Amino acid sequence: MVDTSRISGLDRISIEHDHIVIGCAVTHTQIVREQSIRRSGTCLVESCGVIGGPQVRNVATLAGNVAHAMPAGDGSIGLLALNGEIEVADAAGCRWMPLQDAFLGPGKSAIDPRRALLTRLRFRPTVAGEASAFTRVMRPQGVALPMISMAARLQVDGDNTITAVRISLGPAGPVPHLARPAMDLLKGRPAVLQEFKKAADAVLASVALRNSKHRATREYREEMIRTQLPMILTRAAERARGSQVVPQGLGL
Amino acid sequence: MSRLQMVVNDRAVDLDVPDSRFLSEVLREDLGLTGTKIGCNEAECGICTVLVNGTPVVSCTYPAFKASGTRVETIEGLSTDDNLHPLQQAFLDHGAVQCGICTPGMIMTSKALLDEKLAMGEVPSENDIKAALKDTYCRCTGYQSVISAVKQASGQDIPPYIPKTVSAGFEVGRAKPNPDALAKIRGQAKFTDDYHFPGMLYARTLRAGVPHARIGSIDTSAARALAGVRAVLTHEDVPGRNLHGIVDLDWPVLCSDKVRYSGDAVAVVAADSESIATQALELIKVDYEELTAVTDAVSALNSGASVVHEGRADGNLLKHIKVKKGDVATGFDQADVIVDRTYRTPTTEHMFLEPECAIGVPAGYDPAKFGGAFDKDAVRGITAIHDKLSIYVGSQIPYLDRDQAAAALGREPDQVRVVATLMGGGFGGKEDIAGQIHVALLSEATDRPVKMLYSRQESLLFHPKRHATVIRIRTGATSEGRLTAVAATLYGDGGAYASLSEKVLTRATTHASGPYDVPHVKVDCFAAYTNNAPCGAFRGFGVSQSCFAVESNMDILAEKLGLDAVEFRRRNTLDVGLVTATGQKMRESVGLNECISRVNRDMRNNDFQWSWQEGRSHFAWGFAVAYKNTGLGGGAPDKSSAQVELWAGPGQDIRAEVRTTAAELGQGLPAVLAACTAEELGIPAKCVNVLLGDTDYCPDGGPTTASRQTFVTGNAARHAARSLTDLLSPVAGKLLACDPGQVEFNDGCFRVAGNSISLAEVVRAASGSGIPTVAEYEYWAPKTEPLGTGGDMHFAFGFCAQAVLCEVNGDTGEVHVRKVVAAHDVGRAINPLTLEGQIEGGIVMCIGYALTEHYIQEQALPWTSVMARYKMPGIGHTPSIISHIVEHPTSSGPYGAKGVGELPSIPTSAAITNAIYRATGVRVRSLPVDQDGLLRAMRAGEKEVELGWGDLEPIPVVTLGGEK
Ligand SMILES: Cc1cc2nc3c(=O)[nH]c(=O)nc-3n(C[C@H](O)[C@H](O)[C@H](O)COP(=O)(O)OP(=O)(O)OC[C@H]3O[C@@H](n4cnc5c(N)ncnc54)[C@H](O)[C@@H]3O)c2cc1C
Ligand code: FES
Ligand code: FES
Repeated sequence: MVDTSRISGLDRISIEHDHIVIGCAVTHTQIVREQSIRRSGTCLVESCGVIGGPQVRNVATLAGNVAHAMPAGDGSIGLLALNGEIEVADAAGCRWMPLQDAFLGPGKSAIDPRRALLTRLRFRPTVAGEASAFTRVMRPQGVALPMISMAARLQVDGDNTITAVRISLGPAGPVPHLARPAMDLLKGRPAVLQEFKKAADAVLASVALRNSKHRATREYREEMIRTQLPMILTRAAERARGSQVVPQGLGL
Repeated sequence: MSRLQMVVNDRAVDLDVPDSRFLSEVLREDLGLTGTKIGCNEAECGICTVLVNGTPVVSCTYPAFKASGTRVETIEGLSTDDNLHPLQQAFLDHGAVQCGICTPGMIMTSKALLDEKLAMGEVPSENDIKAALKDTYCRCTGYQSVISAVKQASGQDIPPYIPKTVSAGFEVGRAKPNPDALAKIRGQAKFTDDYHFPGMLYARTLRAGVPHARIGSIDTSAARALAGVRAVLTHEDVPGRNLHGIVDLDWPVLCSDKVRYSGDAVAVVAADSESIATQALELIKVDYEELTAVTDAVSALNSGASVVHEGRADGNLLKHIKVKKGDVATGFDQADVIVDRTYRTPTTEHMFLEPECAIGVPAGYDPAKFGGAFDKDAVRGITAIHDKLSIYVGSQIPYLDRDQAAAALGREPDQVRVVATLMGGGFGGKEDIAGQIHVALLSEATDRPVKMLYSRQESLLFHPKRHATVIRIRTGATSEGRLTAVAATLYGDGGAYASLSEKVLTRATTHASGPYDVPHVKVDCFAAYTNNAPCGAFRGFGVSQSCFAVESNMDILAEKLGLDAVEFRRRNTLDVGLVTATGQKMRESVGLNECISRVNRDMRNNDFQWSWQEGRSHFAWGFAVAYKNTGLGGGAPDKSSAQVELWAGPGQDIRAEVRTTAAELGQGLPAVLAACTAEELGIPAKCVNVLLGDTDYCPDGGPTTASRQTFVTGNAARHAARSLTDLLSPVAGKLLACDPGQVEFNDGCFRVAGNSISLAEVVRAASGSGIPTVAEYEYWAPKTEPLGTGGDMHFAFGFCAQAVLCEVNGDTGEVHVRKVVAAHDVGRAINPLTLEGQIEGGIVMCIGYALTEHYIQEQALPWTSVMARYKMPGIGHTPSIISHIVEHPTSSGPYGAKGVGELPSIPTSAAITNAIYRATGVRVRSLPVDQDGLLRAMRAGEKEVELGWGDLEPIPVVTLGGEK
């Protein structure tokens, strides 16, 4: 076992060039408290802020969440919407790769902990006219994983036209899912509820959601995409248009 | 191995620890800081929380080496002896400590919050507290007292929430913390796993893992040969009776021919360490011939079903329980409206936060032989002598444990001693034998102390649960809103062994027409053996199940009749002079109508609406009532004994001790017994020590079940105290120079015509002349009659009404209980603080029954194999609770009191589903409510949902009345 919290520098969040860089020993609590991420990576704060309880968040890391490779790992869903990248270190050296490439299947990560280490994670902070949002739906019963978890990053121009958008969700397949058809549909469209509802329909048309025993039915998940995805897109758009960013749902 | 240097509670620590060791193990085992408790080892329950550099972490999964160079704080470091931390004081004042097993974790987690807020010059809000304690669980308190305690500790002026009660006596009626709470908030309280005996071995149990199978052979040779293994026992090594059971002796100590559920015990191992014992289990080979598993109570009774216990005349029918009053056909003929529905309730798990633990200590044990000494004060004041085989265990029935262990050993009961340790919650789940007999056998076999601690996962697998039921109930009423008839059929899943199934399901049956005056009733209940986990006692004792069905039907009927749900109930409530379904005429102490009125008044203040919508949220009130017997009833001999002893010091110094084996599970019994004893003796309760549960030192208090101990042992203590003053009258007479017959005792003094002498002086004189200052009393509760005789089945009933305000999220189907207004008729509040704790804790437990809890078994194998798969309500589920205490005294109760332990946990579930119906138009007929199914029904315009969370099949169709 490598205690990454002891490797110097990996327990810090820093701003390097155009990126916010998160060391692999950084805990969810650190992320949630980090002003720059609250402001410019809000969906990551919102996703890391609902993992476990405070005692778990004080120790568990975003790197661990990513390395876990769960299709609905909350932190992973948040980081995926932000177009995150991860740095992998092995005998051959260090290299950055897109977050998606870390996921091979449910619980299967591309990083073999015997030979490689996920050392850092990074994303480009949102800029003016751009923002993100995350939500998840959880049962109160004994299922530790969300029924569904989703995040969006969105940029609008002065006419409220969407100039860039990313939507991630899970579980919707073996790995955290990037909803490309919905993203393609929204680009260039006005950032209004009606369009967001169409995007939700596009998601539904393009993914095969599943029944998972004791966790959620397919119909329920579809309904959540229908109602919750437009809700977070709306929230991201409001934030992008300049309304004050207050992360939602933390600690729930 | 790594070198671990850290500072623990301001003390530098330097030790070598294996890399696999967790911080909790270092604290508890290497440093002896047993104030940090373990509830799951899964990072789920949060009770093991300690602070590392001021940050709360769960120590059970925190690698010890990570703590190197840090400052660790545990509960033991929070205060010096005469100086409590504000949080400790507040937890005490607010009654936020019940069984106390969660308390160290609760306090440490709260401390981190307070430290952080104080550093910022802020006080924590309710939301801050709920967020900080989100994953720190408490099964007892219901959290309202925890929240207000944390507020108080942060300097906010929040008095403890204590409902109004009738005026207090000298000690009875006063709100006081339970006497054992002080040790609990300091982390000094010892639960079974906190004991360590030099030379102690560690034991583990081999469990079947298959639900139903014939045992071919058991080969333990490889396990025996493993280094460090001291004993491996199978059924062949049980010298006496290889069966136990509270009612029926049908449960093998160690299985010989057959296993009947996956948690069945096949072999036990004692070894030098737990890990060696675990390895040994893997080396035991058992050949099974698997049999078809019986998976539910309804199919269990089909002809051709696989038989769980061969040789019984009734096959899998454990018992057919019948209640009949009048003639239901006539009753339904008189009805204008009839509602007929089938409901289902889930198997549920007590989830006491302390998993079962037992320690056997052999006769003649001498710690010096192992180079150690045993802390003589560890066993609550009694010298730790082991002149006979002793079993340390947190038990609800110490004498029965003793007798059952002795029978298995082939000994006389008095050759075994049970020393009851503190119990980290029980709720009915610590009545059956767990490891008691196994450690007795193993400590005899090895001549060493042997500890058997169940992991959370083993506890989930092994211990008896609350019965799953299917209840069909038909209720008829006239258009004036008078009930005419109730007919019901219940199927109860008793699981593999009888445990208390017959008694529990009898209570479900007798209470199946609710606390109402119903002229015609017929109820049939079929208790069945299956290959599921055994089911037994669980707070509510069967009434939780039938109340859900009864109170759901009542709301459906009210709507069909066009009557207000509260008014409809009021037209039918039981009252003095009316007769229950079993033919018992109520003669006194029926406070139901007052409960209803008080709740109704609160619910309807301001501009009341049953339901409304705000944005996407649907709000609605739901209402339900319940009643619950106090005491065993049904003709069972119901008695308890208590002993009171007095000592006098110099001057007016006086001390008393009351002894009994009635058990404290966190419900506050010591406070009640101290108050009753003190009231009679006219001395302050703080001068009364309460010693519970040592079978060599305490008389038999009987089982702690059926909400009976306040009544029976409260009475026993009261009478024992009185007997003692009677005994001392002659001494007083002598000192007062009068005829002892003229001496009266009151207010702490013996009196005769204007002259008096204090109790202390009399005790001193008695002791001086060798007159014993101890008295014992065996209290017999009023006689009850068996079901079917029409006589009084119970000597008292508690009554309650609860209204809940629910919010259903119209987008997600999520349900939240926002507010509960409750009124409980308890006869007399002996200690309003601990009583309120029972009420709040019971309500929140029943919120869990309605919304979160289901012990899921599939093909008779538990899906719920870890705590992560069983969520009890957390602090986020806590509604605001407004509580009224109603006191309609019962004449034979101590100062009028009747039991309350179970009552508050009964009606909340039905009140919640009644509220959900008003909020959404959807009636939920299976618990726990599944937000997924609820939302889909809302969308589809369906009126009823019959799948609860975890249900894969619709509710089975069952017929009313007849045999199958
Ligand atoms: C009570 C509880 C509640 C939880 N709730 C949630 C939840 O709501 N949502 C959610 O998404 N998750 C949840 N989790 C799961 C998990 O704790 C989190 O996903 C967390 O982020 C994992 O981080 P960790 O640092 O603890 O990783 P670990 O558990 O220590 O590691 C996870 C895996 O990743 C590997 N790994 C870790 N770090 C690296 C690295 N730097 N390089 C390569 N491999 C690595 C490990 O070898 C291991 O296989 C919960 C867990 C618990 C105990
Ligand atoms: S969280 Fe550590 S014991 Fe439960
Ligand atoms: S007092 Fe909290 S679990 Fe018992």
